[in-house]
Amino acid sequence: MADGHIILQDLRKSFGPKHVLNGVSLSVPKGHSLVVIGGSGTGKSVMLKCVLGILRADSGSIRIGGEEVVGLKGAARDDYLSRFGMLFQGSALFDSIPVWENVAFGLIQGRNMARAQARDIAIEKLSQVGLTAEVAKLYPAELSGGMQKRVGLARAIAADPEIIFFDEPTTGLDPIMADIINKLIVDCVKRLGATTISITHDMASARKIADDIAMIHKGEIIWQGPAKTIDYSDNPYVDQFIHGRGTGPIQMEVLKA
Amino acid sequence: MNPFQPIGRAVLALLAEIGRVSLFLKDAIVQGLTPTFYGRQILEQMWRIGYNSLPVVGLTAFFTGGALALQIYQGSTPGTASTLVPNIVALGITRELGPVLGGLMVAGRVGASIAAELGTMRVTEQIDALVTLSTNAFKYLVGPRLIAAVVTLPILVAIGDTIGIMGGYIVGTRSLGMNSYAYIKTTADFLHLDDVTSGLIKTAVFGLIIAIMGCYHGFNSKGGAQGVGRATTNAVVSASILILAANFALTNLLFTE
Repeated sequence: MADGHIILQDLRKSFGPKHVLNGVSLSVPKGHSLVVIGGSGTGKSVMLKCVLGILRADSGSIRIGGEEVVGLKGAARDDYLSRFGMLFQGSALFDSIPVWENVAFGLIQGRNMARAQARDIAIEKLSQVGLTAEVAKLYPAELSGGMQKRVGLARAIAADPEIIFFDEPTTGLDPIMADIINKLIVDCVKRLGATTISITHDMASARKIADDIAMIHKGEIIWQGPAKTIDYSDNPYVDQFIHGRGTGPIQMEVLKA
Repeated sequence: MNPFQPIGRAVLALLAEIGRVSLFLKDAIVQGLTPTFYGRQILEQMWRIGYNSLPVVGLTAFFTGGALALQIYQGSTPGTASTLVPNIVALGITRELGPVLGGLMVAGRVGASIAAELGTMRVTEQIDALVTLSTNAFKYLVGPRLIAAVVTLPILVAIGDTIGIMGGYIVGTRSLGMNSYAYIKTTADFLHLDDVTSGLIKTAVFGLIIAIMGCYHGFNSKGGAQGVGRATTNAVVSASILILAANFALTNLLFTE
């Protein structure tokens, strides 16, 4: 675990009486792609938001490139965040600005880059995800769900980040578009040499983009290993999840706590 | 059950809410009103909050000035009407009705719009996306709205005051048969700079209240469309009540000798 690019140790987070993260520990080596699988409400998104500092972890350690990042503030936090890119589940595109400005947003606002230069980079990144310069002028509301995901991906890679997070990258897409997005993710990550963590329910997506897979259940990592070994994990929770069985050790909560 | 329990719970909830709003106000001032400033955002918000509210504030002021003239005329004797109508219309509009009604109309139009926009950004993770793009959400979203509301509301109400006095003049001279020259002279004689500036000071405070309540409720919106709707309602109701309370306190401060 000591040589990981991203290392989480005993990460805990509660919302009132509800314990969402119960001591998450995992490690991702530099340039590797880790996919975290798990049911809804098991703490996947909360874990990513804690790493990004959007939520403050109650306790535990987050080390990026060997540096402890919990509690960073001000300029140090801005520098830290500039190393990340993130593709959100619903794309989270800013609907009041055109597509190119969405992609260039981090360059213009976060890095004070000239708009013309940022626009050129945005158009290049859009072409990397298969979108033309014509799309750059449109607004997010004028795009289909698949195109919005592509724009979200272009935005995530716009600043050539060393770490990229993907939150449910294929949710809500048809299987063909999901496969296209998975392929784009693999291509972009390879090109950048980035370290990535993806969270998903979609096993086809997990198998396609993961070097390693970890399973989170009730706020704890209960299994982690190479993607190709997941079918032989000997873990009844993992088996139930990857085969989508209704019966097994995982009991779905019908009502929200 | 202890009958005081619900009262105690409500008081504690109110105090907690006051604490949260105070902390939000502190963050809005410390983070939103210190460099870096987003000039483009500030100008856009000035346009949306100030210029686009002009018809609403202007019409409100015009009809209020006219109605006020009619009411004062009804309540005065034929000998005193020519003095009382222009005097009370001018003082009433500049000191009280212009700022308060203008503030309430803008609270309804702009406060709701700010809360709905930021609330939607919150529930669709656009505010989280800002963080991952190294952009301080307080500087980018709250600061420009705060500056725009505090700067444009006094200008807006100054224009509204003029239109309101004009409303009184039109009703006084066209419907009530008052002499045009005498009406203008009486207005000019009784109206002092202090009456106008004190009203405008009030309006700047109302601008702060409208922007803070809109941003606070929008930022803390949760639970999808219903949550955004609730945030919008709360922003308008809380801003309206605070405007009336602040008006009473400021009137006491500015006009009581």
